[in-house]
Amino acid sequence: MSAPTPASTPATSGTQTHALLRLATCGSVDDGKSTLLGRLLFDSKAIHEDQLEGMLAANELLGGEGIDLALLTDGLRAEREQGITIDVAYRYFATEKRSFILADTPGHVQYTRNMVTGASTAHVALVLIDARHGVVEQTRRHLFVAKLLGVPHTVVCINKMDLVAWSQETFDRISAEVRALTAVDTIIPLSALRGDNVVERSDQIPWYDGPPLLELLEGIEVDDEPDAVGLRLPVQYVIRDGDVRHYAGRLAGGSVSAGDEVVVLPVGRRTTIETVDTFDGPLTDAHGPLSLRVTLADHLDVSRGDLIVRPGEEPAVSREVTATICWMADAPLRPGARLVLKHTTNSVRAIVDSVDDRIDVATLQHIPGSAELALNDIGTVRLRTSAPVLVDPYLSNRTTGSFILIDEATNDTVAAGMVV
Amino acid sequence: MTPLSHLDLLEAEAIHIMREVAAEFERPVLLFSGGKDSIVLVRLAEKAFRPGKFPFPLMHVDTDHNFEEVVDFRDRLVDRLGEKLIVAKVQDSIDAGRVVEDTGPRASRNRLQTTTLLDAIEEYKFDAAFGGARRDEERARAKERIFSFRDDFGQWDPRAQRPEIWDLYNGRIRQGEHVRTFPLSNWTELDVWRYIQREELEIPSIYFAHEREVFARDGMLYADAPFLERFPSEDLFVESVRYRTVGDLTCTGAVPSQAATLDAVIEEIAATRVTERGQTRADDRTSEAAMEDRKRVGYF
Repeated sequence: MSAPTPASTPATSGTQTHALLRLATCGSVDDGKSTLLGRLLFDSKAIHEDQLEGMLAANELLGGEGIDLALLTDGLRAEREQGITIDVAYRYFATEKRSFILADTPGHVQYTRNMVTGASTAHVALVLIDARHGVVEQTRRHLFVAKLLGVPHTVVCINKMDLVAWSQETFDRISAEVRALTAVDTIIPLSALRGDNVVERSDQIPWYDGPPLLELLEGIEVDDEPDAVGLRLPVQYVIRDGDVRHYAGRLAGGSVSAGDEVVVLPVGRRTTIETVDTFDGPLTDAHGPLSLRVTLADHLDVSRGDLIVRPGEEPAVSREVTATICWMADAPLRPGARLVLKHTTNSVRAIVDSVDDRIDVATLQHIPGSAELALNDIGTVRLRTSAPVLVDPYLSNRTTGSFILIDEATNDTVAAGMVV
Repeated sequence: MTPLSHLDLLEAEAIHIMREVAAEFERPVLLFSGGKDSIVLVRLAEKAFRPGKFPFPLMHVDTDHNFEEVVDFRDRLVDRLGEKLIVAKVQDSIDAGRVVEDTGPRASRNRLQTTTLLDAIEEYKFDAAFGGARRDEERARAKERIFSFRDDFGQWDPRAQRPEIWDLYNGRIRQGEHVRTFPLSNWTELDVWRYIQREELEIPSIYFAHEREVFARDGMLYADAPFLERFPSEDLFVESVRYRTVGDLTCTGAVPSQAATLDAVIEEIAATRVTERGQTRADDRTSEAAMEDRKRVGYF
């Protein structure tokens, strides 16, 4: 093994220092989402010539003319045959300033689970509206899912402005409707098909003085350091080096340094962090979503699923969890259901005590007294677990506040949960 | 503290994935081809598990139609690591009558690797296999999960994938099933090269420009090799080339290049307008959905 050179932070050894922005796009079937993505990729030169040739050939077969950029993102055979987007697709592009990961999620009503999937890791939700139709049920659904999943930024694109004669009045009317529903960062008028205001500023819209979409995305500030609840280090894996036990994990909140007083939960034993290490050497004041390992001053029985926090900053240690969940299985969820709950690095059994309400994602109304959740329903449930779980409210920490539910009979992931 | 670079973030995510696999599966394996992506995987495994041992062996599915430089490199790397390497030979599958080899100038053992791979997974009872596949490589891969479930027959069903939410991976399987896990899912080709540069990783010499006897076929340059039959019209000539991907010699093409250093290679790749698989892999050129079709039956 080569001797690693110690570094105070991994970033010091990095050659490229632009950060990574994760986007999730949501759109209805015909509002031109794939065209917008294709445009972003094409104009930022992330589409290669052989991909372009493939698209031209495929489109010719389908009897189309020119380039259908949707063919770039719809990669599966069934998608091309049916002309629809089935599943979340991930796309990558980079500019001088930044790298982007884009989760492209289908807009069909029955695919809410894909929207939740895409939004779960996103920094920015890109919501598309067709200027001719304005806010529709899908728009409300997308805005709500983005908000529910705690996506820090929402950018609304009012697309197909060319088809409403670049009308400022139309733009203002739709913008007012959007802002009446929820707070969004920015609303941009654009035409994905023509490329106006996507990468290049549009000369058709003199009344709009904001930057084009790509420039806007380059400038959005993201905070990768959730500090609202303090240090959160879920123990993921134990590395044995002779007698020394290194507790490896990915930092889920706050910062950690050698010498820090900590508590190991759920047992609640106090100890001190002795070292904070990576393959590249020790870290001081480590923060951000880093994968690292620590050693502890005292010989404790620490294992996967435990959580290292600072005294006075402990999360709830409880066998009862109230959460908003998105149900993703065909068979409805009813009280009494037994499932596996995976939370950070810990899996426990859980029983659904009650389904308290269902949320109408088009109106954001809580409908109380619901006894079950059907596929793609979102609602509030109360769960009882076989062992204590260490949870924070989702809106305080997206890692320690989230969980998935797994059906033990099928091994399928059947729900995404956010602790209330 | 300096903000994390995008390579730092990709690295942290990949290490997290590798540790999840090690923690949740009983018998993982790391598929190692000697190519750049699997070299990066090995470095990430060092980052995830040192100062301990890797909690899995490496496995090379070997067609015997290799670039010598790559096999030499593989053996040196394994030596340095002090980890176990399993070599699963396609030749053994042929000898056992599990597969029948194509003949003629277009014969390739690439397709046959699937059977050898699935047989080895069954023989060693592997329940998780790390691969170096990236979502930017190909459209079907763009829709694949980081934990990609395979049934008893090694098949991938793109329409029945488990949703992957936050970084909570569901690795639960039944006996006989396995999961392919892809820590580099979110990396691009350029990220891999920049990481090789940052980490100062050694890579096989064929990634750099060198003089080689080649012949042209279907717009690609193939290396002269005893097991690669040529059509009468395919004359050999010497050209300065480098490889952009490293796979089975019979289906991996070289690109003309003078780039003899890592910096020069990165500069060429940053400027290229053709994808690596489109430029250098005959196996992906057979149809629009060639990769999806191979993946469905258990390919890498």
